[in-house]
Amino acid sequence: MAETLQGDTGEWEIVIGLEIHAQIIALSKLFSGASTEFGAQPNTQVSLVDAGMPGMLPVLNEVCVEQAVRTGLGLNAKINEHSIFDRKNYFYPDLPTGYQISQFSDPIVGEGIIEIDMEDGTTKEIRITRLHLEQDAGKSIHDMHPSKSYIDLNRSGCALMEIVSEPDIRGADEACAYISKIRMILRYLGTCDGNMDQGSMRADVNVSLRRKGVTELGTRTEIKNVNSLKAVQQAIAYESRRQLEVLEEGGEIKQETRLWDSDKMETRAMRSKEEAHDYRYFPDPDLLPLNLESAWVKEIKETLPELPDQKKKRFVKEFGLSLYDSSILITDRARADYFETVATGHDPKIAANWVINELLGALNKQDLDLTQTPVSAQQLAGLLALIQDNTISGKIAKDVFAEMMDTSKDASTIVEDKGLKQVTDTGTIEALVDEVIAENPDNLAAYKSGKDRLFGFFVGQVMKKSQGKANPAVVNEVLKEKL
Amino acid sequence: MTDLTHLTIADALKSLTAKEITATELTQAHIDKPDIYNAYITKTSEQALEQAKESDARYQNGTAKALDGIPLGIKDLFCTKGVRTTAASKILENFVPPYESTVTQKLLESGSVFLGKTNLDEFGMGSSNTNSAYGKVINPWRSSTTPNIEYVPGGSSGGSATIVASGLAMGATGTDTGGSIRQPAGFCGIVGIKPTYGRCSRYGVIAYASSLDQAGVFARTVEDSALLLHAIAGHDPKDSTSATQPLPDFTKSLTGDIRGLKVGIPKEYRLKDMPEEIQKIWDQGAEWLKSAGAEIIDISLPHTKSALAAYYIIAPAEASSNLARYDGVRYGLRVEGKDLDDTYAKTRGAGFGDEVKRRIMTGTYVLSAGYYDAYYKKAQKVRRLIRDDFVSAYEQCDVILTPTSPSGAFPIGEKEDDPIKMYLNDVFTVPINIAGLPGISVPAGLDTKGLPLGLQLIGKAWDEETLFRTADIIEKAADFKGLTLNIRQAA
Repeated sequence: MAETLQGDTGEWEIVIGLEIHAQIIALSKLFSGASTEFGAQPNTQVSLVDAGMPGMLPVLNEVCVEQAVRTGLGLNAKINEHSIFDRKNYFYPDLPTGYQISQFSDPIVGEGIIEIDMEDGTTKEIRITRLHLEQDAGKSIHDMHPSKSYIDLNRSGCALMEIVSEPDIRGADEACAYISKIRMILRYLGTCDGNMDQGSMRADVNVSLRRKGVTELGTRTEIKNVNSLKAVQQAIAYESRRQLEVLEEGGEIKQETRLWDSDKMETRAMRSKEEAHDYRYFPDPDLLPLNLESAWVKEIKETLPELPDQKKKRFVKEFGLSLYDSSILITDRARADYFETVATGHDPKIAANWVINELLGALNKQDLDLTQTPVSAQQLAGLLALIQDNTISGKIAKDVFAEMMDTSKDASTIVEDKGLKQVTDTGTIEALVDEVIAENPDNLAAYKSGKDRLFGFFVGQVMKKSQGKANPAVVNEVLKEKL
Repeated sequence: MTDLTHLTIADALKSLTAKEITATELTQAHIDKPDIYNAYITKTSEQALEQAKESDARYQNGTAKALDGIPLGIKDLFCTKGVRTTAASKILENFVPPYESTVTQKLLESGSVFLGKTNLDEFGMGSSNTNSAYGKVINPWRSSTTPNIEYVPGGSSGGSATIVASGLAMGATGTDTGGSIRQPAGFCGIVGIKPTYGRCSRYGVIAYASSLDQAGVFARTVEDSALLLHAIAGHDPKDSTSATQPLPDFTKSLTGDIRGLKVGIPKEYRLKDMPEEIQKIWDQGAEWLKSAGAEIIDISLPHTKSALAAYYIIAPAEASSNLARYDGVRYGLRVEGKDLDDTYAKTRGAGFGDEVKRRIMTGTYVLSAGYYDAYYKKAQKVRRLIRDDFVSAYEQCDVILTPTSPSGAFPIGEKEDDPIKMYLNDVFTVPINIAGLPGISVPAGLDTKGLPLGLQLIGKAWDEETLFRTADIIEKAADFKGLTLNIRQAA
């Protein structure tokens, strides 16, 4: 739902465009052979090129190009077979060469489109303006010394994709849905790990307001340093309120770059349009224009995995799942794969139930993610098989599952070891029923006098006596007979 | 005994192979000659003698390589591992690279001996070698008419040209962005070749203007220059702009036969106020080639007059970005300021010389918002037109003959107060860089002051062979006597 703000003078629409910086999954950097691994000791993953040493030259890493093309295809975007690397010039200590190699006029990927999932179950299309390749800068560390700053160049030169959206986003929820969808697609494609907490995915948020019904865009501000979905929510909420106040008082929004301060929960001006850097973009003379062969692009297209939206639709169609369950299951590729393994040979709806309610619930409780699950998909499938062939009841199965979460043992082993096999033998159950009836003459009389609800009491007692192992259907049948 | 410092590389290699001389003797002879021209920034005599010793061992055990034992000078724009590399700038005064440029690596692998790092105009910016933080270089030639006046050796590779012309080294490396090899070669009476853009790797060469910079060599003969160029050229995966062209044996192109060769004479190079002696030597050159059987053809390169303007936009634009890395943060000079911006300003203010600052400011201006289209973009259009000029010209001819410079060497101090006048020095050499073509300067005679004049041959892309073949004819016809003429010697 498009988010609007109610002011004294009328209703305002929040218009948002996003620039997402996604670090490419590749073993080495965009223009050097240095490693890209996260978390290494400062300045241990820096080549002479990354450090901007005199006479050093960039050499393009083909893997990064392939990843950008793969991402472009995943965003249903146009792949530009001719693109150019430009230099974006500015001085900063963590930018060793004094320029960032980026793509300005001719990016590798052009216009695309993705669908985001709205709260009410509908979808909305968001247009992608472009995707371009660029280098990351290093990191300035200001809090290690009272008067000095330190520089870590490990990140310097790592490959980024900047994905720019059209201002099609209306409000914080849509912004989060958009980022989540982009992240999901990148993870499916294996082109970015999407870990916002490690900085491998970052967003700049462009926010403006306009009166409801007006078509032209208002003046925007760009918010930087927005490093989590929560921060996106908060920053948009703050910034749209701030703009509302200015506009309602008849003021004008200044086009400027603002910084999100997550401690103070506010945005504040970093630099105005007048102070904005003049980046003096020009084609990098150290690099030839990038020309892709259409056959190569086609090859990449053919190896594209099934993307989340396709998978969601297939789960609904093929497995008869609800759109809601399907959406939950396709959140990440591993989860979807897990589900599909469990669903093979079993009722997919039951499988979906078990994955969503039991497995994900239990993992969540233990603060684990799916990659750390003690119960493999094959093991969960094994448990469902025991339910399906009546070896255990659904109720016992939950206990068995809890045990599996604790021990990682197979369901059949646990059932065997603990003697949890369901009792379906009518003779055994009749004996239990007789015992229960004999032990509860008062309730029997009450039942006979018309208190039908007591039937449940008898079922419960029999189940209890069987330690839950009696087949509930058989118990029902025998009880009906005997009562 | 012959003066070892007067040998050609080709002859020295023969003598070394025949064990008539040793690399150590050869190297020592060059080390012993005093540098009275301020041609070196850093001498590496000890290392040179070590290398010579190793070279002698290779001659002993029969594993000598293509340039084994040949003492060379290296322009101080090539990074040399463990040896200070300054770019003639104060900002890199104490910079010792932990890596070797591809060109010098190749020379080391060819067995050559490095005598030291030669002086230049700071970062390659200049045509006089007076823009050096390590002092100006003096042209080794003494004028016969004004013997007391010191002349410039040309630039930016003035130090390299000087050591070769004066017998301080047998050859040297240079870089040429707008004429920085050919113009000093012309001024110093030696051979200088700038190959096709992409022929030599730029890896480890301190960048001035990346799309124009190209490494090349100086030598006293065409044959020697062919030997040297072969040693430094070739594809390098570390430089994305280096080409995968096959590398011919350039010495094989010195056939002495240019019959039927079509030599173009571009009318636009006939400048209005060009000294008569330049026109004369140019006509003479054409005559020599004609007598050797070449056909002289009048051609037109219509956009020549715009080349210098385009160059002084493109080169500073790239330089302004290439030199941004000298910020005092990681290496080189650092002058502490009160905050970051102040540190930048103080460091760069103290570290760069006037000409470098002028080009950084020009380059920053032409790339800035609002001016980009009018300057940089337009210059790129001119660049295409100039390239097209050459493409059309080469439909009519195989090689182009021009003077190297519109004058011979000028006195030190002249043109210093007028950058435009200084820039005009490169009017004949700049278009070749803009088009990315190979060019060679061959000594052809002396001007009225008794100073050398060079002729420039411009080739088709990747056709250095025709340049060498044609230059060889001029060299023989001119019979230029370098070392034995008016070279300043130590008292």
